Formats: sequence, C-alpha cells, structure tokens
Amino acid sequence: MSTDIGKGELLRSLPGLAKEIAKYREMILANLVMVGEIPAPTFGEKERIAFLMQRFSECGLHNCSVDEVGNGVGVIDGEEPERSILLVAHADTIFADTVDHTVTVATDAVTGPGVADNSLGVALLASLPTLLEGLGIRLKSDLILLGGVQSLGRGNLKGLRFFLANNPMPIQAGVCIEGVPLERLSYSSIGMLRGEVSCAVPVEYDWSRFGATSAIVTLNEIVTKILEIPLPRRPKTNIFMGSIAGGTSFNTIARNAVLRFEIRSESAEIAHHIWGQIDDIASEVSSQSGADVAVDIFARREPGGVHFRHPLATTAREIMRKLGLQPRTAPSTSELSAFIDRSIPAITVGITEGENLNEESESIKISTIATGVAQLLAIIRAIDGGHCHEH
Amino acid sequence: MNIDQWLRENTFHHSSFWDLKNIVAAKERQGLKISLCIPTLNEEKTIGKEVVIFKSELMHRYPLLDEIAVIDSGSDDKTLEVAESFGADVYRAADILPECGLKRGKGENLWKALYQLDGDIILYVDADIKNIHPRFATGLLAPLVYRPEVKYVKAFYDRPLAFSQGVRPSGGGRVTEILVRPLFSLFFPELSAIIQPLSGEYAVRREVLQEIPFPIGYGVETSHLIDVYHKWGMEAFGQTDLDQRVHRNQDTRSLGRMSFGILQTFLRRLRALGMVDKLPDMATTLRQFQVNDKAFEQVRYEIDEEERPPIATVPAYQKKFGKR
Repeated sequence: MSTDIGKGELLRSLPGLAKEIAKYREMILANLVMVGEIPAPTFGEKERIAFLMQRFSECGLHNCSVDEVGNGVGVIDGEEPERSILLVAHADTIFADTVDHTVTVATDAVTGPGVADNSLGVALLASLPTLLEGLGIRLKSDLILLGGVQSLGRGNLKGLRFFLANNPMPIQAGVCIEGVPLERLSYSSIGMLRGEVSCAVPVEYDWSRFGATSAIVTLNEIVTKILEIPLPRRPKTNIFMGSIAGGTSFNTIARNAVLRFEIRSESAEIAHHIWGQIDDIASEVSSQSGADVAVDIFARREPGGVHFRHPLATTAREIMRKLGLQPRTAPSTSELSAFIDRSIPAITVGITEGENLNEESESIKISTIATGVAQLLAIIRAIDGGHCHEH
Repeated sequence: MNIDQWLRENTFHHSSFWDLKNIVAAKERQGLKISLCIPTLNEEKTIGKEVVIFKSELMHRYPLLDEIAVIDSGSDDKTLEVAESFGADVYRAADILPECGLKRGKGENLWKALYQLDGDIILYVDADIKNIHPRFATGLLAPLVYRPEVKYVKAFYDRPLAFSQGVRPSGGGRVTEILVRPLFSLFFPELSAIIQPLSGEYAVRREVLQEIPFPIGYGVETSHLIDVYHKWGMEAFGQTDLDQRVHRNQDTRSLGRMSFGILQTFLRRLRALGMVDKLPDMATTLRQFQVNDKAFEQVRYEIDEEERPPIATVPAYQKKFGKR
C-alpha cells in the first residue's frame, strides 16, 4: 500500500480494510489470551512487558527494549525517521496477581480479568507489526509502540511520563489504545486530583470520652461533609467517591478506614480549591474525634487537550463515521493527560465493545474488533499522511 | 538402557525447546507432517482458547502443525461449533470408519484419529486444559523432531510453587501413585520411570500408533506404555516437563472408576503378553520420584511383604494352647 494516501482515498478504503483485518482474528485473540493470562498489577508488569518484547523481536523489530522504568518499547521504522507517531497502551490492570487470570474464548466473546482494560490494548501492540506487514502498510513516520507501565492508581502514568520526558524521538502525535468501548473518542482531559482520606484511631484511644466509636464512623462523618461541598455547574465539577474500606470483622472496633476519591473539574483552580476544602474537613473531624485523619493526593491531571475542530479530532470522527461508528466524545483522565502536559496532540480510542468492566468476568466482543482495528490503522495513516496537523 | 541414564537423556523441560524456528526448520528438512488431535466431550468452555492458541501460534506464526482436528464423542453443548468457528477441522467419532461401529470413550477418538488425520506424528492434547499454551505442543513434538530414535513422548507436570529444601518429592496424581506406579514397579520396573504415565498429552509417530491396540476407555495410556515398551523398549520413550497444568479435579469415586478401567486393561495386557501363568519373580522395589536440584531421580523403597503362616501351625503355639 502506498505511503502517500489522500484522505478521500483513505476513507474509501476503510470498509475493505476491516474485512482484511478480520483475517487476523486468531492472531489478535491468541495475543489477547497470552497477554491476559499474565497478571500485571500496577508496579508488577514486568512479565507482561517481557512477553511484549518477545513478540516484538519475533516480528523482527530491530529497535526494541525495556526502558529504565520498565516500559516495553518497539519501533517500526518509517521512511522518514525525523517524524514519529506514538501508540501507547497501558500494560497494568487493576487485578492483583493472586486473582485467577484464566481467559476463556467463546464464539463471540473473550472473558477474563482485565481483557478489556487493557489486555486487548497490549495485544494489539503485539499484533501491529504482523498486521502492518501483512496488509502491506508502510509508513513514512516511525511508529513507536509503547506498553506503558505504572499507569493506573498510584502509578499516575509514570511509565508514559518517563518516556515522553526522556525519549529523543520527535513525536508528532499520540494515540492511546483502550480495549473498550468502541465508539469512544477523547481528545481532551479534565482536571483531576486523585487521593485517599485515611482515618486511624490511635491505640491508646479513650473510647469512653468521645462519641465516635470507630474509624468507620469518623470516615462516615467526613463523607457526609464532603457531600455538602457546593459544586458549580460550570465549569463542570464532580467528586467521585470510588471505594471505601475499613475494619476487620463484625464486632471488632475498626481502627482504620480509607476512602478513595477523585475530584474532577474542567477548571484546575476549582479542583485545587475543593482539595483545600477536603483538607479542612479532615482537620476539623480529626480535632473533634481525636482520630488521625490524613488526606493524601497522589495523582493529578491538568485540564487541556486539542480543540473540537483540531484536524486530529475531525479526522478521527470522519474515520469513525465512515466505519459506521457514532463517535462518543468524552474527556479522559488516562494516558491522554501525559501528552497534553507536553502539548503533543493526542487522542484515545477504544477497540471493541465490552461488558462487566473491571470485574473478574470482564469480557469483550470479538466480532467488532476488526472495525476497531481498522479505525486505529486509518487514524495512524491519516496522521502519517499529514492530515491531522494544524496548519 | 539403564533407568538413571534414561532419566538423564530422555527427560526434557519444555524451555529447552524455545527456538521454534529451529524446530520448524528441522521438521521441514525431514518432510514430516504433524497432526494435532483434540478429543472432546462437552468442552465448550476451553476448546475455543485451545484452537485459537494452536492455530495462531503453531500454524500461522510458526508452521509446526499441519492440521488441527477436534474429534468429538457426541457433545451436546457447543464444542464443535466453537472449535469450527476458530478454524479447527471438526469430526464426530461416529462418522469416522462407520463400518467399525461406534464405541464410547476417549480411546475411540484417539484411534479413529489415526484414520482421519494425515500426520506422520500425531499429537494428542486433552481439551480441558485451562492454561493452554504453545509449550503443550512444542515440548512434546521437539524430541520427536530432533531425535529419530524417540517414538513416543509423554507430558508430565512439575511446578513446585515454593519448596525450602534442595530435594522434594515429585510424581503423578493419586491413581498414578496408588495404582499404576506400584503395578509397574512389580511387573515392568523400567516403566515406573515415566513420571506421569496417565497424562493425556503425548506425541507419537504413526508407525508406532498403527501397530498397537487402543483400549477405548481409561486404560488407553497404560496400555500404550506397556505395548510400546514391549515392542520398542525404553529407548523409544521421552518425557517432557510442561510445568503446570490447570484442569478440573476429579472426586475419589471418579478415580475409583478410572482405576477399575486401568486394572482391567493391565490384566488384559498381562494375559496378552503371556505373563499370567508365568508371573516374574515378585519385585520388592517400589520406585517413586524426587527432584534433586532440577534433576529427576528415582527413589527405591524395598518393601518385602513377607508372610507368617497361621499360628496354629507353629509347634510352640500348639504346645501352649493345644487343640482349641
């Protein structure tokens, strides 16, 4: 396939491309099974990255290595090495390595912990060298395939941030691959602060003196007060309370309790203001109850991204529509933010439909993968062809 | 062949066969055809993954397998539909060699595969493996591809998760350790060096399989070992450690049924080999296994079940108690 392709021709080729990709279904699924069965909790992605490296070297990629923080990087050489496109899929999942990572394959579904988020993304990185070669697609730009580590939770995108800060290759655009959902399209990030409120009742706590009878009750007070924080309608702002944990049994007084939360806002200033308010609540409840209350913010994103009319965003939408997809635009707080911090235009796309996300029964649909991959390849070719630059 | 020497030279670990390109090149130089046979009965949950992995990794990426066939005993779930959708050739055992009729059992599928499939080497892999991986094929095929004198390669699974001392016990499942290894120790001591004689994964040259009978049920593996040993000797065997195999666990009653089938087969083989009337001197050595710094070694236990006569025949007893 020619490297110089007009946008019209690219769009016209899409339905045929999806059919061609469908021939590689077993390869993508085999990679998905093998990636998915290697546990990769955040900070424990080493074995999964080693598999990705093995795949890259089997495909004859000369330029592949594991970097200082543990990212797996492979480069498919382009004809004009002064340009490059970065494709990234986070390699970590939310599942501990003690969880049974067996993957099952049914006629139209693959099921197992993390298959959608984000084993499928990593499996695609592993499949791309073979796919591009098989489809005869040669690019002008170098295509960097990055299995990013330490992305989720406390990882705070460490892998991708490290790569962007230290790699010498000039990156013209980034594409973040997520397993699901197929019609997602993100090109902007909202501001986000992610943290924990932890309550600990001191060992020598005088239970008769204070009203609160456990760390859980103290944390409950904090939750109630957080819910009373007034949130503006514009800029859009929200406080997500994602998980709560505390205590050890039915009838033992809970000494520890933890709330995990995220503050999300289109305004960085408002997000920071709310953080201050949560801090104040923590101090107030701590002084009233005598429990130790600490607020720890360990991940943050600044709002930003490319504009709705940026050629990368408009071209991605055109490609999706041509494939019969209805783009659902939503801001993202994932890998995209690391690109935004460095002013590199980037988007996040999904590959297929899925169910039970972030549960052990997480599953993805097989029959829509080819469309998702066609979308991804077309976006890469559009960037490579210069159709996504702002002039 | 000395058993310790056989253990050293014919026991492999799958990781020695990591170089798939090399295995495929050696296979092609010899013009070998290899067929994978997966016998099934209601395996819709695991068959899809098995077909996808073998097809993609060992047909497309590395052309080690020439055909992947599922031979089914009459599943009433979606086993055949799932297998076919991912590109396996699917057959019902009843449709193969109809003039020979249909018998129910896994051995029937393995036997009929010889007629249906083309390979010079047939690889049998059970369909209930949860952690299927290309090593289940490469580990068993590579010794046949590299060593012309090896004819029958059996899988075993040995993956200790944590063990503090240098030497640790190893071996097979309950039926192996309670029934088959003691029987082998008694009648065919060399065969007790096969660490997991009942494993359902093995690769065999057609020239061997076409010359031996196939019990249709639980006894097929035991019977194969005895017949191959009798015709070709210990040199014909290899065994490969494939690490862990995750599968369904069977309850004790199922193991009882399995043991009953194996005993029937075993006694039938003794009769066929003319050993019933001429039992060999009773061996008194039981051979079990341990791993010493990654090397498998036999441990021999002398267990001599001597007998005392009825005490009424002892003169001192008679004198004391008289006739009672």
